Amino acid sequence: MKAIEVKDLTRKFGDFTAVDHISFDVSKGEIFGFLGANGAGKTTAMRMLCGLLKPSSGEGRVAGFDINLQSEEIKKNIGYMSQKFSLYNDLTARENILFYGGLYDIPYKELKIKSERLLDRLGLGPYANKLLRDYPLGWKQKLAFSVAIQHQPMIVFLDEPTGGVDPITRRQFWDMIYESAEGGLTVFVTTHYMDEAEYCHRVCIMVDGRIAAMDTPQSLKKKYESQNMDEVFRKLARGAVRSPDVPGRGKR
Amino acid sequence: MKTIQTDRLTRTFDKGKVTALQEVSFAVEKGEIFGLIGPDGAGKTTLIRILASLILPDSGSASLAGFDPVRDYARVRQIIGYMPGRFSLYQDLSVQENLRFFATVFKADLETNYPLIKDLYDQLAPFKNRRAGQLSGGMKQKLALCCALVHEPEILLLDEPTTGVDPVSRREFWDMLIRLKARGITILVSTPYMDEATLCDRIALIQKGTILETGTPAEIPRRLSRPVYAASAGDMYLLLRAVRDYPETHSCYTFGESHHVQLKSGSPQDLLDFLGGRIPGPVALDQIEPGIEDVFMDKMTSRT
Repeated sequence: MKAIEVKDLTRKFGDFTAVDHISFDVSKGEIFGFLGANGAGKTTAMRMLCGLLKPSSGEGRVAGFDINLQSEEIKKNIGYMSQKFSLYNDLTARENILFYGGLYDIPYKELKIKSERLLDRLGLGPYANKLLRDYPLGWKQKLAFSVAIQHQPMIVFLDEPTGGVDPITRRQFWDMIYESAEGGLTVFVTTHYMDEAEYCHRVCIMVDGRIAAMDTPQSLKKKYESQNMDEVFRKLARGAVRSPDVPGRGKR
Repeated sequence: MKTIQTDRLTRTFDKGKVTALQEVSFAVEKGEIFGLIGPDGAGKTTLIRILASLILPDSGSASLAGFDPVRDYARVRQIIGYMPGRFSLYQDLSVQENLRFFATVFKADLETNYPLIKDLYDQLAPFKNRRAGQLSGGMKQKLALCCALVHEPEILLLDEPTTGVDPVSRREFWDMLIRLKARGITILVSTPYMDEATLCDRIALIQKGTILETGTPAEIPRRLSRPVYAASAGDMYLLLRAVRDYPETHSCYTFGESHHVQLKSGSPQDLLDFLGGRIPGPVALDQIEPGIEDVFMDKMTSRT
């Protein structure tokens, strides 16, 4: 089974087509990079994949569930993490784990045992009762990722997980992504750092609501005769007709 | 005289428990684009807010075009254009209303200062009646820059103007800064994106409230003591782990299409010999010119 398969996925807002007939598959264990300029339709596409927004037309399955009919099942069976929204700073590490585990209906007895194991594995045991706001950023990121996948989803969506993070922590975060993907987790990730696009198995670049290119970073660089992904991205995004500020259209 | 100068600026929060800035001293020349490069929590915003006269330092001093932001705050506010990190224009006012509002507050005349903002305004014109809250991220940044320029400031203080903005819009924003610089405006700009360092005349690398290095983006990487090699192979993850297992590896970090390696001692050939038995297929290892991000990580690890 594919982790994601969508066909002709489309979303309109009034007469504006934010996402225009996109089709793609993501395999289990794949690290899939989802790129696009501001306004290209990335967020709208991602919200449909996460069961937060109904498509106007098109069909697809995420983690085996139908995006038109089973959005609640999708929400339960995916993980989600973003730089902006992850954990509660006013809760301790342990409380955060228990809270999120509870949201995903992990039975409390099981959750208690699992949370201790997770704290041990991350080496956070001695600090489990500290408020998260006192944690270094690197630890927070690690914990946020682990919490997002503690209900063992088939796929995790990472929405700009490393924005503003220092270069070492950013790389430690990617080490963790690699490790989890080796273990079979599917990773769907958006980023504005083009070096991170190189770490993805496949990259999809959205322009004007459509998929402008989708392939391995190596093939994309070859095809667009570019030194790196930054150049590939620029070549494709410069071709955009649609600005995020089409007159008469408000930001979603 | 330096246009911006700070002398051992220190600022703490939470009754001294958190040190945001520790004895930060640097100087910015007139007409320079000076970049403060560092991650979240480095102290960039605190520093800019002190210079903008919005918060007071615990100790140390600063001057902007000769004025002290503590004593002469009223003068400082007239000569600076400030763009905070969080979008802080009026979301319920239109593009045009925001511009007029800021012009009125500064007793400036939009028509007189029009040449300065013409470039930006041309791009905003199609949306002049749209509420600021309804603009895209990139357009909001342009409007905020426009509002910071309406009173023809000598100095621009820009707090992370490109954070969260896509690479193409980021580049456009920088092109704009370079044009403003040509008009003689001194620009202090902070960013978490290391690749923007090369667009500045001079930079300071900042981390945990202290400045790690200051200089031009070209000279700073030359100060690294060890050569940097770029390594690549068919299986990059396997290569990363293998290089890190090599006892003489000082550091090995992913860098897009290659890994950057620094060795404690020994030759690169020794490393290739070590990798030979562990990595299937060929391994490429070439010495390269290090970049700002290499220096940043090197300084971070040598301090902890």
